[in-house]
Amino acid sequence: MDTARPRPRRERIPRFSVAERLLHWVLAIAFFVLLWTGFLMSVPALSGDVTRPVAKAWHIDAAIALAVAFVLLLLVQGKVLARTISQLERFDRDDWRWLVEIPRRVMFGTPAPPQGRFNAGQKLNTALVSGLMVVSYITGFLLWLGERNTTYRFAGTFGVHNDVMWCLMVLVAGHLYMALLNPPTRAAMAGMLRGSVDRAWALRHHPKWVAEVDRTAAAKRAADPPE
Amino acid sequence: MSDEDQIPGDGSDPDTGPDGLPSRPREFRIGRAAFLATVAAGVGGIFVAPILSRMFSNPFSEILPSSLGDLIPGDGWVIYNVQNPFPTFHPATYQLTVAGLVERPVTLNWRQITALSGEEQTSTFHCVTGWTVDRVRWEGIRAQTLMKLVRPLPSAQYVTFQSMESPYVDQLSIDEFTLPDVMIARQMDGAPISRPHGAPLRLIIPDMYGYKNVKWLKSITFVAAESLGYREQRGYDVDAWVGKSNGYG
Repeated sequence: MDTARPRPRRERIPRFSVAERLLHWVLAIAFFVLLWTGFLMSVPALSGDVTRPVAKAWHIDAAIALAVAFVLLLLVQGKVLARTISQLERFDRDDWRWLVEIPRRVMFGTPAPPQGRFNAGQKLNTALVSGLMVVSYITGFLLWLGERNTTYRFAGTFGVHNDVMWCLMVLVAGHLYMALLNPPTRAAMAGMLRGSVDRAWALRHHPKWVAEVDRTAAAKRAADPPE
Repeated sequence: MSDEDQIPGDGSDPDTGPDGLPSRPREFRIGRAAFLATVAAGVGGIFVAPILSRMFSNPFSEILPSSLGDLIPGDGWVIYNVQNPFPTFHPATYQLTVAGLVERPVTLNWRQITALSGEEQTSTFHCVTGWTVDRVRWEGIRAQTLMKLVRPLPSAQYVTFQSMESPYVDQLSIDEFTLPDVMIARQMDGAPISRPHGAPLRLIIPDMYGYKNVKWLKSITFVAAESLGYREQRGYDVDAWVGKSNGYG
C-alpha cells in the first residue's frame, strides 16, 4: 500500500490518549485552584469573604488531589505516560533548529523544521513546567512543615515558592495563547478535547509524527492482514 | 488498553520511512536535563535567594499601588498593607497617643518619643504566609517604659494598637505586651524604620506572626475587654504564636 498517497483533508488522526487528556485537565483545574487560593493567602487584601484557613485548605487539597491523580494514572496507564514522557524529553537536530530559528520564523515567516509528535517548544515547556511543579511541591511541603516546626522555616522557601508561581504563570499564559488564540496552533486544542486532530493540520505541524503513525499502521497491517 | 490509548508514532524507529522523510537523527534527553536543572535551581534557590535578596531592595514595594506588588520578591521582606498609599510620617506633626484605662494618658510628639530610653535586640521575623527574615536588628521602647509613663489601672487587661493605616488594628494581652522581647520599635537594622516597614513606630513581638506586629502606630490604648484585630476578623488566629497557630495541627 502506498502510504504517501494524499488522504481526504478532514481525516482525523489520534493525538492524545484518555490517560493523557485526563492528566492534562486534572493538572489544568488544579493549577488554577492553586493559583487562586495561593493569591488569596499571599495577598490578604484579595481574600475578601474567603478566610485564610479556607483558602489554605483548598490550596493543600488541590495539591494533594493533583499528586494522587498523577500517581493513580501512572499506576493504571504507566506505559502510555512513560512513552509520552520519553517523546517529550528527547531532542533531535530538527528540535534544535526549531528553537534556534524562532526569531527568523517570527520575522520572515520561514517554514519550521519538521517536527515529531511534539515540537521543541512543547518539549521545553513541559520540562520547565514539570521541574517548576516539583520545586513548588518541595517548597510547599517545607512551608507546611515550617508551621509545625520552625526549624524548617527557611528564609528563601516562600520567595522560591512565589517565584515559581510567576514562572508558571508566564509559561501557562504562553500555552493558553498557543492553544486558544494563535490561529496556526489552536487546532491542536481538539487533540486535548476529542483525542484526535485534523490530519492535514498534523501534516503541516508534525510531519515526522504523521509519517511514523503511517509507518506503524502499515507495519500493523502487514503483520496482521485483513481476511 | 483501548485502541484510543494506542497512539503510534513514538519516534522510536530510526529507519528512513517509505515516505522519504529523513531518518531520525541522534537524540539527546534535553528535556530531562532541563527538568533536573530546574529542580536543582529551585531547591538551591531556597538557600541562595535570601543572600541575594538582602543585597537588593524591592523596587516595587513603594511604587506599585496594588497588592500585586506584595508578591514581587525583594529584600527578604514582603510588605502587606490594607490601604494605598502607605501612611506618611512627618516628624513635625506626628503624635503617639497612649491612653485608655491608665492613670496618666499622654500624647507624645516625635521629639518626646526619641527621648524615651530604648533597648536593642536581634530577632527573627516570621510571617504567617510562610516567609521568615533572620537576624533583624531592632531598637525601640519596652512596654515597661511606656507603662511606667502612663500607669495602667488594674482593670486594664489588653492593649490595643491602632495603625495610621486605618482600619488596621490589633491587640495583645498585658502579659503578651510585657514579654521581654516585645518592643515599640523605632529603628530596624541600624536605621530609622522605613515607610514600607511602618515608619515611625511599629510593634515587634517576635514570637507571634507578623500581622500582630502593627505598623505605622498612632495609638496604644489600654482596655478591659478583648476585641478582634483586623486580621482576626478575617479568620486569622488571635493567639498568633509562631509554629502553634493558624493551621498548625
